[in-house]
Amino acid sequence: MAIKPLAIAACTLTNALGRGLAASLRALREGESGLRPCDFEDAELNTWIGQVAGLDQEPLRGELAPFDCRNNRLARLGLEQDGFGAAVRQARDRYGADRIGVFIGTSTSGIGATEHAYRQRDPITGSLPATFDYQHTHNVFSVADFTRRWLGLTGVAFAISTACSSSAKAFASAWRQMRGGLCDAAVVGGVDSLCLTTLHGFNALGLISARPCRPWDVDRDGLNIGEAAGFALLEWAKPNDDRVLLLGYGESSDAYHMTAAHPEGAGAALAMQEALARAEILPAQVDYINLHGTATPLNDAAEDRAVLRVFGPATPCSSTKGWTGHTLGAAGVTEAVFVALCLEQDLIPGTLNTRRRDPRLGAGVVLENRERPLRLALSNSFGFGGTNCSLLLGRRRR
Amino acid sequence: MNPLAVEAVGLMAPGLAGWPASQAVLAGQQPYIAEPMPATIATLLPANERRRVTATIKLALQAAQEAMAQAALALDPSPGNGRGELSVRTVFASSGGDSEILDKICVALTQPDRPVSPTHFHQSVHNTPAGYWSIATGCMQPSLSLSAYDGSFAAGLREAAALAWADQARVLLIAYDLPPPFPLAERRQIIAPFAAALLLNPATTANRLALLRLDPGASGQPADRLDDAGLERLRAGNPAARGLPLLCAIARRATRRVILFAGTSATLRVAVEP
Repeated sequence: MAIKPLAIAACTLTNALGRGLAASLRALREGESGLRPCDFEDAELNTWIGQVAGLDQEPLRGELAPFDCRNNRLARLGLEQDGFGAAVRQARDRYGADRIGVFIGTSTSGIGATEHAYRQRDPITGSLPATFDYQHTHNVFSVADFTRRWLGLTGVAFAISTACSSSAKAFASAWRQMRGGLCDAAVVGGVDSLCLTTLHGFNALGLISARPCRPWDVDRDGLNIGEAAGFALLEWAKPNDDRVLLLGYGESSDAYHMTAAHPEGAGAALAMQEALARAEILPAQVDYINLHGTATPLNDAAEDRAVLRVFGPATPCSSTKGWTGHTLGAAGVTEAVFVALCLEQDLIPGTLNTRRRDPRLGAGVVLENRERPLRLALSNSFGFGGTNCSLLLGRRRR
Repeated sequence: MNPLAVEAVGLMAPGLAGWPASQAVLAGQQPYIAEPMPATIATLLPANERRRVTATIKLALQAAQEAMAQAALALDPSPGNGRGELSVRTVFASSGGDSEILDKICVALTQPDRPVSPTHFHQSVHNTPAGYWSIATGCMQPSLSLSAYDGSFAAGLREAAALAWADQARVLLIAYDLPPPFPLAERRQIIAPFAAALLLNPATTANRLALLRLDPGASGQPADRLDDAGLERLRAGNPAARGLPLLCAIARRATRRVILFAGTSATLRVAVEP
């Protein structure tokens, strides 16, 4: 039997395309990328990034001031958009503050605060500056703790940190926790912000591109790092619910390599199959796949094999990384909400920046936006450590 | 709430070198003495990998490996062994992950040309032990890595329980944390390394160490403390060791209610019976 679906009662996105859902939707429709040449801090890397404007100017104040760092500023900016806070307040009145779980994906949380602190070590003792607050900035949990406090929620809360699948897996955790009766509704999300660790780390691995990323392009040569915050409020779907629903999720491990995807995409295929199986949906019923599509040569090739294995070449798919860059721990929720928007708008986004599809790849990658009725769509998120997660979203047609 | 069987436990900390050797201490029959941990751990990793990986990865995998061995679940290191052989899902719970690696990266970022090691970068993700675990065992099952700061053990137990019920499958919970190096240690005090693994089964098999029932409601009571001063210091000094009251109850093989620390002003109530 198909799993009991969850409804997206409210959602919001903030990324390089702007603040709020409208900014993302407008850019998707207009084909306008949020990527710019990298000018983050003093990174001095020849690459493009998807940066959120205004984070330097707006520190956290008041009770939540100890949480002040780029990542939590981005979380707050995200939470302030699209009436998300008000929607959660209403849910809090319905369910109770202790019955709404908080599951937030992040890869690096506020490590940027530690990077800065290491540059200000005491020259004699080596100690970090007195102003540095590890618990409320750098620690993985910080962003989930901040989110829960900002929203006034007191139930189960944790940060999920499985690299670039983190915030896709937040949806799976929310389903399980609700199914197990540990909460009655959930705020899921993902927040990852630009930092030198990821910029220089991906650079050290030779995975970043000096140009805007081109997923599935014959000349693709790497990814661009972006930053984003995205949140969704999930509750059990009602009969005949016409909101966007989470119908299935699938998770797997590659059991292959820490950074390289399994060449046949075995784990990725398994995650997609599990999502379909939980929803009791056949591959041919899926109208659109939002690919992980980072635009590194090997990642796209592996995902292509996996998509071909499960869906064949006919299902329209695309990567939206050319709009936002790879937002790492926030990629899962960013793209799940993109998919939700596309289901509402009957829009298949193209693959921005990609000009010539790699002839060695066979998935049905769409380059230009298409308008067509959509009912079911899948979103893929994969990460270091061989972690894979696919979400199947759908909408009843009116 | 649905019960879960604990089929096996893995444990590694100073003075707690494995479950069999620790039961008498945890049951209150012997005093706790914080002896150094054995040097050779995580033999599941190939020798060349064991040299490359950090103390954090080894500690987490040691606890995981011990629990699986106790349950007599074969660990087949051949790649692509897949789901059929090993159907155990994993939840890795750690407050801070691998501070040793994060320290090295932050140091590199202060140096000219920022020589971040690609190995350190890929080992910096919170799910690194999960990645090495799946590679070493060939297990393609889902795995989650999470943090809830000092409440990480309770959060991991909640997620492991929810996962076991949802998938009707065995789940291995691995909670681990190590003292960070200087200078992070000045801002995050963890007094000793600690890792524990619990193999949970939603089928309440007779072949079990204990049966757990999680109470999803707020307990409103303070977390249990331990009678032994050394064990209590460990419990309060390491996020993963916040699970010690549960391990003690399992070791006593008695029926009792345990209240675990689950974060600032939050606790998790667990009913334990043999």
